Amino acid sequence: MYAFDFEKPGSIADAVAALKDEDAQALGGGQTLIPTLKQRLAMPSKLVSLTGIAEMQGISKAGGEIVIGGATPHAAVADGVAGDYPALAELAAHIGDPAVRNRGTIGGSLANNDPAACYPAAALGSGATIVTDRREIVADDYFQGMFTTALDEGEIVTGVRFPVPEKASYMKFEQPASRFALVGVFVAKYADGVRVAVTGASEEGVFRWSEAEAALSSDFSPAALDGLSVPADGMISDLHGSGAYRAHLVAVMAKRAVAAAG
Amino acid sequence: MPKDHGIGASPKRREDVRFLTGAGNYTDDINIHGQAYVAFLRSDVAHGRIKGVDTSAATDMPGVVRIFTGADFEGVGGLPCGWQVTDRHGEPMQEPAHPVLAQGKVRHVGDPIAAVVADTPEQARDAAEAIEVDIEELPAVIDMKAALKDGAPKVHDDLTSNLCYDWGFVEENKAAVDEAFGKAAHVTTLELVNNRLIANPMEPRVAVGDYSRATDESTLYTTSQNPHVIRLLMGAFVLGIPEHKLRVVAPDVGGGFGTKIFHYAEEAFCTFAARQLARPVKWTASRSEAFISDAHGRDHVTKIELALNGDNNFTALRTETYANMGAYLSTFAPSVPTWLHGTLMAGNYKTPLIYVNVKAVFTNTVPVDAYRGAGRPEATYQLERVIDKAARELGVDPIELRRQNFITEFPYATPVAVEYDTGDYHATMDKLLEMMDRDGFDARAAESQKRGKLRGLGVNCYIEACGIAPSNLVGQLGARAGLYESATVRVNATGSISVMTGSHSHGQGHETAFPQVIAEMLGIDESMVEIVHGDTAKTPMGMGTYGSRSLAVGGSAMVRATEKIINKAKKIAAHLLEASEADIELKDGAFTVAGTDKSVAWGDVTLAAYVPHNYPLDEIEPGLEETAFYDPANFTYPAGAYACEVEVDPDTGKVTIERFAAADDFGNVVNPMIVTGQVHGGLAQGIGQALLEGAAYDENGQLLNGSYMDYAMPRADDVPFFQVDHSCQTPCTHNPLGVKGCGEAGAIGSPPAVVNAVVDALQRAGREVTHIDMPLSPARVWAALNG
Repeated sequence: MYAFDFEKPGSIADAVAALKDEDAQALGGGQTLIPTLKQRLAMPSKLVSLTGIAEMQGISKAGGEIVIGGATPHAAVADGVAGDYPALAELAAHIGDPAVRNRGTIGGSLANNDPAACYPAAALGSGATIVTDRREIVADDYFQGMFTTALDEGEIVTGVRFPVPEKASYMKFEQPASRFALVGVFVAKYADGVRVAVTGASEEGVFRWSEAEAALSSDFSPAALDGLSVPADGMISDLHGSGAYRAHLVAVMAKRAVAAAG
Repeated sequence: MPKDHGIGASPKRREDVRFLTGAGNYTDDINIHGQAYVAFLRSDVAHGRIKGVDTSAATDMPGVVRIFTGADFEGVGGLPCGWQVTDRHGEPMQEPAHPVLAQGKVRHVGDPIAAVVADTPEQARDAAEAIEVDIEELPAVIDMKAALKDGAPKVHDDLTSNLCYDWGFVEENKAAVDEAFGKAAHVTTLELVNNRLIANPMEPRVAVGDYSRATDESTLYTTSQNPHVIRLLMGAFVLGIPEHKLRVVAPDVGGGFGTKIFHYAEEAFCTFAARQLARPVKWTASRSEAFISDAHGRDHVTKIELALNGDNNFTALRTETYANMGAYLSTFAPSVPTWLHGTLMAGNYKTPLIYVNVKAVFTNTVPVDAYRGAGRPEATYQLERVIDKAARELGVDPIELRRQNFITEFPYATPVAVEYDTGDYHATMDKLLEMMDRDGFDARAAESQKRGKLRGLGVNCYIEACGIAPSNLVGQLGARAGLYESATVRVNATGSISVMTGSHSHGQGHETAFPQVIAEMLGIDESMVEIVHGDTAKTPMGMGTYGSRSLAVGGSAMVRATEKIINKAKKIAAHLLEASEADIELKDGAFTVAGTDKSVAWGDVTLAAYVPHNYPLDEIEPGLEETAFYDPANFTYPAGAYACEVEVDPDTGKVTIERFAAADDFGNVVNPMIVTGQVHGGLAQGIGQALLEGAAYDENGQLLNGSYMDYAMPRADDVPFFQVDHSCQTPCTHNPLGVKGCGEAGAIGSPPAVVNAVVDALQRAGREVTHIDMPLSPARVWAALNG
């Protein structure tokens, strides 16, 4: 990696200030950024670690929602929400490997918005609210395409609020090498309807499958999805599968998620 | 009651204590005071003409010691090829130059153009990035058949084409083979790809060059499976350093799998630069660098045809294979698709007529060479796949079709130039059937079906030629090296023993297994025996470890040397016991006069050898140290039968391996636990090839899966709990231990079992699928299901 300065502020305010420097970069758990630096594919002037900020750590409940601090690692989410939101806990428990789960953070994952990451499906599928140092962004506005979000330069994801659904499940079909989602589908049933979010598949990153949402909102059963499909156009096509294959898997994983949600 | 020591016992691997506690001494652990670090600037295009290399800005950067380019290696030798193949017409193969640093052209992504030596690794890398290279990119040739077309861009301008050789084997049999096909009652044809693999040993390659101005001696520490071979190739052909001024050390090595056999440019560079700079020079590959600079494996495209008569006996076999050499000839590359592949095409079967044609092709890709099995997996895969296809076409049981064609009488001379000394293929098949519970398959398939899964069963046999040798034969076949092995057994004064072997352990457990052999012969405790390997300054000239040869060839050298020790020790004991040498027996670590209670302990005899006060000095010399070089009479021929049961998820195409049974005949077994572990590892690699791995290049020669994000290595949860058996033992007839070798079997025998099983699952489900090319990724299987 190239040389950089390093700061580990103790508060959100100090982190925001530190990130004002040109080419400063926030560092969560570093599970994407550190390998990128090692490959010399990024050259930040300064890394600002967010892991020393107490107010960005931990899990709490407020107003029927689960609030997760932006610097909370996946393993802590897997443990912490197992009772209140088991589908989210399961998702967190199957991201990467133990090292990734104990270093990687929910805020880091959402800020990076890798098109094959798991957390974007949970956030979009739950209609979560992304809390930053300066505002709140609903998930539908937050995800804006592959590696692209509504975050401004220097803006930090300080927390995420998840409304708790009646039922939910996440089904991931793993890419054989990286074990990221080749296709992952998050299904969540709320009193006012069902949300279906798909990761891994689209060239536009995580997206909601509205036809499936409509069908499942009137009949929350795998059979409700019979005959429904997403178009292969716009799906990622690579070494691990064509767009048509990914489109097919979206329907398969969606049905399985509904079946698992019960 | 299993033995608790000696041959046949399973003591735990003594080397694992240091490996598992972080106390191993790997090449990257070697740091020499004052060492500088190398960063290679590598080509990012597959094919191009170097118009200029401007190092001026880089040279002035902090810490830079010196920058080397191809020009610094003019007058220095290129990397030699260790095997010359003669083509169908009696002409030698086309053999291009392989410079240490690119000269004139770059020929694959990863080809080294320049090397920066600097005080720190970061400074070296910074400066390498500051070198300005002007490359005129040329069209790349990636596809082998396209590379052979008229007018295709040439990888090497000075060669007549991209064809390295067009090999026919046995050329004299071709007409008879063609005639047999004309008369066949049935012909089964299969076209397939043996996918290109990247070995990915856990430890990347490392080289540390050192030079002493005081003694004019060079030392290379390197991640090698065969330090003497590196010393010979690099010293004699590249750098011109005589053996007595060049030491090569390969300390603990974290996996080789073939890719650490070869002599690499980085080794020569570090040795060369250390002399030039009179300063130690170190290079450690990153994983990314390993993907584009370690020799790859396999990469064959084959058409195979099997002719059968009306009784379903195999009457002839004909193959046409395109074998990728990559951009340069790696050390043993030409031998892999020829003498390690064509000679095995008879498999376990008495097919009387065989013709193998291999076209070896240069392309703008990383060089391809031996990888676990090397040629034999390619032979086994195509043969066992075409037999399976034939059984389906004929509507006969695939096991019975194999059985009726088994070779049953030994020795057996195949029509492809080798003679199997011994074997019993029905025995391993019987054992396999016992292990695999074939009768229970239908019930298991029904249970799978309830869960919406398709279950399939694949069975195949394999044979391999191991313990590669003998030297005079391989010399006739084009090898530019001998293939014996050496051992020095040094008995110390108090009776402890140091065994210096030319074999090299990089995961095989030699430090545990070899002492079992010595201890068995002498009747002493294994803990008294230490194995020394991996250092040309300590061990006699030896050829190293590959081709499952260490116990069969290296172990035999140890046996021969130990026999010499016993002969001499008996003379000493006879003197001490005042008895006739003919009456001396060695048992349980003591020398006894037969029929009496007179004896002298091992330690007293060894002490007498070094403190020869009461000693037959007029008959024998003091000391107790013997060396033997063993050159075997033939290859060994391990064989076996494997069965795989898979489940296919028809919704996703995902294949899971539910059961895997391996019945192997390795001849005698020294340490069954280590053998089982070797088979486990081989099976995992074979399953990796069948389901997961496969280097992919785009049409411009960019490696598409040059990291673990896209190159899928097998992991623990990709494989089942294996059933492994090696109780069927037909001892090798021509080495003193009766052993055959076990290191590659799993990787050779398993890919066809997996593919046969997946095709079986699809056919049982009514799909007209006769073949899917490896790796059988979910996407490929789904496409086959929905094609």
